[in-house]
Amino acid sequence: MKNSVFKVGALLLLMLVPAFAVPLFFAGSAYAVPVPDTFADPAMETRARALQRQLRCLVCQGESIDESRSPLAGDLRHLVREQMAAGKSDQQIEDYLVARYGDFILMKPPLQPDTWLLWLAPFLVLVAGGGVAWLVVKRASAGSA
Amino acid sequence: MCFALALSLVMAASGLMGARATAATARAVANGSALGMLVFTVLAFGVLTYAFVISDFSVALVAEHSSILKPMVYKISGVWGNHEGSMLLWVLVLALYSGLVAVLQRGGARLTSAALGIQGLLAAAFFLFIIFTSNPFLRLDPIPFSGAGLTPLLQDPGLALHPPMLYIGYVGLSASFAYAAAAMMVGEEGWARAARPFMLIAWIALTCGIALGSWWAYYELGWGGFWGWDPVENASLMPWLVATALLHSALATERTGAFRTWTLLLAIAGFSMSLIGTFLVRSGVLSSVHAFASDPTRGFFIMVLIALAIGGALALFAWRAPSLQGGASFAPVSRDTTLLLNNVFLVAACACVFVGTLYPLVLDAVSGTKISVGPPYFALTFAPIFFALLLLVPLGPRLAWKQGDLKQALRTLYPAMGLAGIAALAVLAIASPRTVAGTAAFAVAGWLIGASVLDVRKRQGKGKARARAAAFAAAVAHAGLGVCLMGVAGTTIWRSEALEVLSPGQLMTVGPYTLRFDGVTRVEGPNYTADRAHVALMDGDKVKAVMAPEHRFYPAEGQDLTDTAIRTTGLRDLYLALGDDRGGGKYTMRAYVSPLAPLIWIGGLIMALGGMLSLWGRLRLRSSEPLAQGVPAE
Repeated sequence: MKNSVFKVGALLLLMLVPAFAVPLFFAGSAYAVPVPDTFADPAMETRARALQRQLRCLVCQGESIDESRSPLAGDLRHLVREQMAAGKSDQQIEDYLVARYGDFILMKPPLQPDTWLLWLAPFLVLVAGGGVAWLVVKRASAGSA
Repeated sequence: MCFALALSLVMAASGLMGARATAATARAVANGSALGMLVFTVLAFGVLTYAFVISDFSVALVAEHSSILKPMVYKISGVWGNHEGSMLLWVLVLALYSGLVAVLQRGGARLTSAALGIQGLLAAAFFLFIIFTSNPFLRLDPIPFSGAGLTPLLQDPGLALHPPMLYIGYVGLSASFAYAAAAMMVGEEGWARAARPFMLIAWIALTCGIALGSWWAYYELGWGGFWGWDPVENASLMPWLVATALLHSALATERTGAFRTWTLLLAIAGFSMSLIGTFLVRSGVLSSVHAFASDPTRGFFIMVLIALAIGGALALFAWRAPSLQGGASFAPVSRDTTLLLNNVFLVAACACVFVGTLYPLVLDAVSGTKISVGPPYFALTFAPIFFALLLLVPLGPRLAWKQGDLKQALRTLYPAMGLAGIAALAVLAIASPRTVAGTAAFAVAGWLIGASVLDVRKRQGKGKARARAAAFAAAVAHAGLGVCLMGVAGTTIWRSEALEVLSPGQLMTVGPYTLRFDGVTRVEGPNYTADRAHVALMDGDKVKAVMAPEHRFYPAEGQDLTDTAIRTTGLRDLYLALGDDRGGGKYTMRAYVSPLAPLIWIGGLIMALGGMLSLWGRLRLRSSEPLAQGVPAE
C-alpha cells in the first residue's frame, strides 16, 4: 500500500516535467500566427469556450483551461483557437490533444474498457441498492400482511 | 508545551483503558478521563494558539506558517491552516465530543461507557499520530526573525471558519460511530436515539462547512464557480451524503425499529468517509490548495488507522449484527419505504462521488493510465441520481409509518405540484436559453418548497409538540434543498460571462450590465500590496456604482492572489476578477453574471437551520413524551 502511494506521487511529479516544458516549446511558435484572444463571431466564441471547458489544464489541480490562469492554459487556449480558425472540428481538436497529452486532458473520461467500471459503478450501486430495497420491503410487508 | 503533550498522551491512554469494563468504578474513570483529556487537549491547543498569537518563531510550526505582518485573525486561523495544527484541532474536537458524551450520558450507562471507550481508542490513535509524525511543538534553533506566512489563499474570513466547521462535522460522525460500535458491543437498543444529537451536530457542521468552502471558492478563486468537483471538495461531500442517509435511516430505526443493521452500517460508513476524507486531504495523494502536508509517512499512518477502524468496526458488525436482527415490518407504501429509497439514492450518489474521486488514482496505480474525472462526469452520473432523490423527498413526510396511502399523499400534494408547474412555466417565460434541465430544476424546487410549506401548515396546532418540531425542522431542511437547487441551476445554466482586455476608459458589457474600466492604482494592505482596478457600473451615462477587484501580492509568502469584487442584488451576482497586466495600462478583466447564485448558500444555510431546529426541538423537548404518533404496534 505504502509503495503505491509513492508511485502515485512519483507519477504525478513525472507528469509535471513535460507539462512545464510545454510552454517553452510554445513560446516560439504560438504567437507567430495571429489568432485573436476572442473570436469576433459569437457562435465561434461560444464553441471555443465550451471546448475549453472540456479540456483540463495539465499543471493545475482540477481546473479546465478555460478557468486556469497558468501560462500553459493560455497556450492551450491559443492552440484550440488556432485549430478552430484552421477549420478543425471539436472532435478533431480533442483527438489531436489526446494524441499529444493523453486522456488526462479530457475533463470527461472517455468510455473505454478501463473506464467501464467508472461509468457504470454509480448505476450498479443504484440498481443493487434498489434490488436490496425491494427484497427488504417484500420481507417487511410479508410480516405485516 | 512538551509537558502538555506528554500529559495528553497519558490522558489518551487512560481514556482508552478506563472505559472498557462495565463496573461502576470503571465508568467513573471513563467519564473522568474523558473530561481530563478535554482539559489537556484544550491546554495544548491553547498553548499553540498563544504561540501563534505572540508570533513565537522558536516554534517551527509558527515560523513556517505565520508572520508578524499578518492580521490577528489570520494569526489565529493560521493555527489550523497547516497540517500539524489542524490535526491538533481534530483531536480537540474529538475531545470535545468525548466530553459531551461523558456529560450528557445519553443512552444507558453501559452504552455511554462503551462509546467513550471507542472514542478513547480513536483519540489515542490520533495522539500517537500527532506525536510521532506531526508534532506541532518542535523547536527551532537558531530562532528565525520572521515567519514564512500563511498561504494568502487561506487568509480569508470564510476560510478561517471552514476547517473547524468541517472538523466538527467529520469528528462528530465519530460519536455516532462510537455509539454504533458500542451498541454492537453491549447489544443495547436505543443507540440511534442516544447518538442522534451528535449526528445532527455533525450534519449541521458539515452542511455549514461545505457551504462556507464553496462560498470561499466562489469569491476567492476568481473563476466564478462554486463547486469544481475537486477531490478535496468531494472528500467533504461524501461524509455529508452518508450523514444525510444516516440521519434518515436512524429516524426509522428510532421510531419503528426498522433497518437496525443498516443504520449501524451507515454509522460506520459515515465515519469511514470522514477518515478517508482526512486521508485524501492530508496524505498528499491529491495535491491541491488544501494539502499542506505531502508526507508519505503521514499518509501511511492514516491509512493504517483507517484500515484498523473500518476493519475493526466491520468485523464487530459481522460478528454482532446477526444478533441484532429482527427488523420491523411495514407495508410497501409507507414512510419506511421512502426512507429506504432515500438511502439507496444517497448511497448511490456517494458511490458516484467516491468512484469519481478515487478511480483515476487507482487506474493510474494499476495500469499507469492517466485520466481526468471532471465536472462532466458528475453531471452525467451524480446529477440524475440526486435529481431522482429530490423528486421523492416531498412524499416521505406525507406517508405514515408502516402503512401509508399513496393516493391520499399525492392528493394533499396537489398545491405543491401546482407550484412546481408555475415555477416551470415562469422559467420558460423568463429565462433564455430555455433548457430542459433548468425547467426541471425549477419544477422540482417548486415541488420541494411547496411541499415543505404544506407540511408546516398541516402540522400547525396539531399533534404533539415534539413531533411538530421534528416535522417543522424537516420541512425547513427540505425547503433549503429546493432553494439551493434553484441557485445551482441558475448559476450553472444561465451564467453569462465576458473576458476582455481593457484599456482605461473602455466599456465592456456582460449580461445586462455595462461596465467602464477606469484604470488601476497600487494600494497597500496590511500585509500585501495590491493592484486595484476601478470599474464603474454604468446606467446610461451615469455611474451607478464602483467596483474594485484586486490583484494582491503577499511579500512574506511570495505569492499573489486575485481578490474578486462581487455586487449582488440577492437574486443576481455581478462578479469581477482582475486578470493580468497586459502593459500600457491594459488589463484583462473577467466578468460573470450569475443569476440566483446567492441562493446556493442561502439554501445551504436554510438546510443547516433545519438541522438546528431539529436539534433544538430534541434538546428542549427532551421529555419522556413518547415519539410514536399513535401508529399501532404490530
